[in-house]
Amino acid sequence: MLDVEKIRADFPILSREVNGKPLVYLDNGASAQKPSVVIDAVTRGYAEEYANVHRGLHYLSNLATDKYEAVRGKVAQFLNAAHEDHIVFNTGTTMGINMIAYSWAMPRMQAGDEIVLSVMEHHANIVPWHFLRERLGVVLKWVETDATGALDPQKVIDAIGPKTKLVAITQVSNVLGTKVDVKTITSAAHEKDVPVLVDGSQAAVHMPVDVQDIGCDFYAITGHKLYGPSGSGAIYIKPERMAEMRPFLGGGDMINEVGRDVITYNTPPMKFEAGTPGIVQTIGLGAALDYLMDIGMDKIAAHEDALCAYASERLTGLNWLNVQGHAPGKAAIFSMTMSGGAHPHDISTILDKRGIAVRAGHHCAQPLMAHMGVSATARASFAMYNTKDEVDALVDGLELCNKLLG
Amino acid sequence: MASAEFEELVETFEFLDDWEDRYGHVIDMGRAMPPLADDQKLATTKVEGCASQVWLVPEVNGQGATAVFGFGGDSDAMIVKGLIAILHSLYNGLTMVEVSAVDAPAEMARLGLNDHLSSQRSNGLRAMIERIRAIAAAAQA
Repeated sequence: MLDVEKIRADFPILSREVNGKPLVYLDNGASAQKPSVVIDAVTRGYAEEYANVHRGLHYLSNLATDKYEAVRGKVAQFLNAAHEDHIVFNTGTTMGINMIAYSWAMPRMQAGDEIVLSVMEHHANIVPWHFLRERLGVVLKWVETDATGALDPQKVIDAIGPKTKLVAITQVSNVLGTKVDVKTITSAAHEKDVPVLVDGSQAAVHMPVDVQDIGCDFYAITGHKLYGPSGSGAIYIKPERMAEMRPFLGGGDMINEVGRDVITYNTPPMKFEAGTPGIVQTIGLGAALDYLMDIGMDKIAAHEDALCAYASERLTGLNWLNVQGHAPGKAAIFSMTMSGGAHPHDISTILDKRGIAVRAGHHCAQPLMAHMGVSATARASFAMYNTKDEVDALVDGLELCNKLLG
Repeated sequence: MASAEFEELVETFEFLDDWEDRYGHVIDMGRAMPPLADDQKLATTKVEGCASQVWLVPEVNGQGATAVFGFGGDSDAMIVKGLIAILHSLYNGLTMVEVSAVDAPAEMARLGLNDHLSSQRSNGLRAMIERIRAIAAAAQA
């Protein structure tokens, strides 16, 4: 069992008040709060261990490089990648997927080629593919969720045709909490020789991830959602795919030799990490992953599943509230609208006065909003430090919304 | 300076010490404000930069600096519509010169609602005030 009070004590911000009320932070889908070990790692990184990495031979440069490079192994361990060289650092999932679009997809796609994606993708897993649609004439093939918000893996598999060059799909919807069976999809896609990119931005936070078990070609994660610093992140890339990639960003660190008319590149993964990286952010991410692995992702998942069941039960009891998405086994992410004229912004504004942070808007998932027939929702997204008492606070806050707005 | 209607509102708010009652009053004001017709909700009347939708239809009587300003407004968010109703009470019936002299954030602060005007809020109130001020400035140009 996860000791939630002990975990809460590790997150300094959770003891603060907002608008005179104890903070109830339910905007974890947007970004998670940071434990002291991460804050301390960042402070120590700048206060005692800072220099540029991979450059100097002096003491601090070596120290910073060792600390920074050690994180590659932690990410590999966290995702169960076979080797740390399969991990490329970046600023998060958005950069990770953009890099795959430019480095891997763009040179090998032409007009009429297809990319299969689900209607519940985040814009980070849509817009880079739109670039290929606009610039190369690539066709985006959308797979829809059913009425519960579940995604039938067979529908994704059926959408893969002879011209499909990539399946790009999320493992957990940031709006509905729907979990996608990416392993089944990957296995079927590979039978048709189609690589699979998984957006793990939400999933990696809420459940154990094993990229070798999934078998996917690319798995993107975001540090700031994983209780790490903003501006940190990584992507797992299968070595066969990495060998096919051309560099996306050019600059320092990614080269071997640069002449006037000739250039040779560093070996992967450094070939794909141009310029001075987020050194301290990445070191902070390492501290966050250590923290998560120490607790155990299976324990975190069990705690969040219990929270999800409790929240589902309580929210379903509010007959004036519409919760979007009831897929079996969903993650603890609840997108809500109210019957009547209340806008999600109204809900968010009133909850904020109660110290409850939720997100109102389209959640960077406009195709899904259109599919659901809403323009916006108020979203409560839970994390490992949330409690049943906070579910109760949310329900009380929503009752007040109904009183004032209903 | 603000309109007499706004001064009355400030007095009303002084009796509402609980934020729930204040917000209840804001929402009631929004409900009481006549909605815009669908054919008035156009790209030209839509205020940019709002996550919830906001429309502003100016109703100007007269010419130049002495013209009298009024407007119709609407939003798909109830609290925002109520805030529009408050801006209506603040600006309605003022001359263009008077409109330019209104310090809207300071006036909203008297109601304890100025946090809705911070740059972090994407509810369109700031953009709405900017559009009102631009109309007044153009009339005096």
